[in-house]
Amino acid sequence: MRPLLDAAARDEDEHLARNGPLPRLASGALIGALQEAGLTGRGGANFPTWRKLARTAVTDRPVVIANAAEGEPASRKDKMLLQHCPHLVLDGLQLTAEAVGASRVYLYGADAPQRKSDRYPITCVAAPNTFTAGESSAVMAAVSGRKPLPTDESRDDMLVQNVETLARIAQIARYGPRWFRQHDTFLATVSGAVQRPGVYEVEKPVTVQRLLDLAGGVETKAVLVGGYHGRWLTPRDVIDDPGAGVAIALSADESGLARTTEIVNYLASQSTRQCGPCRFGLPALAEALAARRMDQVYRLVGLVDGRGACHHPDGTARLVRSALTAFAGEYR
Amino acid sequence: MNELHINRIACDGRGLCAELLPELISTDPWGYPLITDNGVPQDLEEHARRAARLCPRLAISLKAVSPPAPAARPHRTQWTPAGTPAPRG
Repeated sequence: MRPLLDAAARDEDEHLARNGPLPRLASGALIGALQEAGLTGRGGANFPTWRKLARTAVTDRPVVIANAAEGEPASRKDKMLLQHCPHLVLDGLQLTAEAVGASRVYLYGADAPQRKSDRYPITCVAAPNTFTAGESSAVMAAVSGRKPLPTDESRDDMLVQNVETLARIAQIARYGPRWFRQHDTFLATVSGAVQRPGVYEVEKPVTVQRLLDLAGGVETKAVLVGGYHGRWLTPRDVIDDPGAGVAIALSADESGLARTTEIVNYLASQSTRQCGPCRFGLPALAEALAARRMDQVYRLVGLVDGRGACHHPDGTARLVRSALTAFAGEYR
Repeated sequence: MNELHINRIACDGRGLCAELLPELISTDPWGYPLITDNGVPQDLEEHARRAARLCPRLAISLKAVSPPAPAARPHRTQWTPAGTPAPRG
């Protein structure tokens, strides 16, 4: 079952023929439908989508932003989705803009065709190729004409939605929440030690083994689920929170701690150096990991967790904590 | 009840807050404030306000938090396909 990828259409005519015309819903109707469908955000946070819409709908002249900035180096699903079903994403963006009464609508991190039928014109804003550029407060800063860096403020009058979430909104508006409850899939980008890396659409809940079967995993030691801010899981585990759907397989002959150290090094380099604990803590954490000074690793993880304006240090702490559990055999 | 909030971007680790409010704030190895519990007890409120006022980077704020609201009644929205009127009553 691939309700999202099967809706692929190259141009608008094919899209209309396959998916039907875009229904017009009253503001409350869409938000109610999303609540009943139980749709959650596909950008990584898994937050109930209807609550974000409801919060923004009561603000004055809100801004709606479709987020296509895939900061995760191993993620491909947003680019792939925009290639295969751009019109579904644009439909979702139009519906969301209408539901909250948007004053401006943006597409961040991608280009989109302008369609005659669209009520809300879309402004495309380029995103830099950095890890934190897709973080929601960075996205808000970017469309406000500032540098795309995370900020300390959260604004209810700016709604940032991942493009996959928007495509699902367009499907819920067409087929209803009951249909969605039976077709609640997500896009997973599977890479690493697999024979057929790529984007797969899978049902929720899903086991790690199912992703490995699809992508042709052999002799897998562990899989990093949720991207560089995710957790190391074993093939037997059930994925309860797929994050942005990134899965990176580690083969049995690789060292989990070495791979984690590489990732933490990368994450330290991607700190925007605005908050002290992240700026100094992440490089120190990478160094302690590389030297296998585990006491220090434990202490530093606690020192960076929850101490930044964005979740970059928290996500890094989550990754390292899971590595300490999953690969305990490598250092004890 | 009030909660301490630190704007981590504005903060550059001067450390004044930890001197003015050692009961709630200590510093990490790089000099940035460490708070174990955001909640400010009543008897420390004056001191917390002073720390917020005197922070050279104005990175500390006190936010009033209301006691948790009673749980809302479960609410189910009636959804109908586009074009069909919602049932009455």
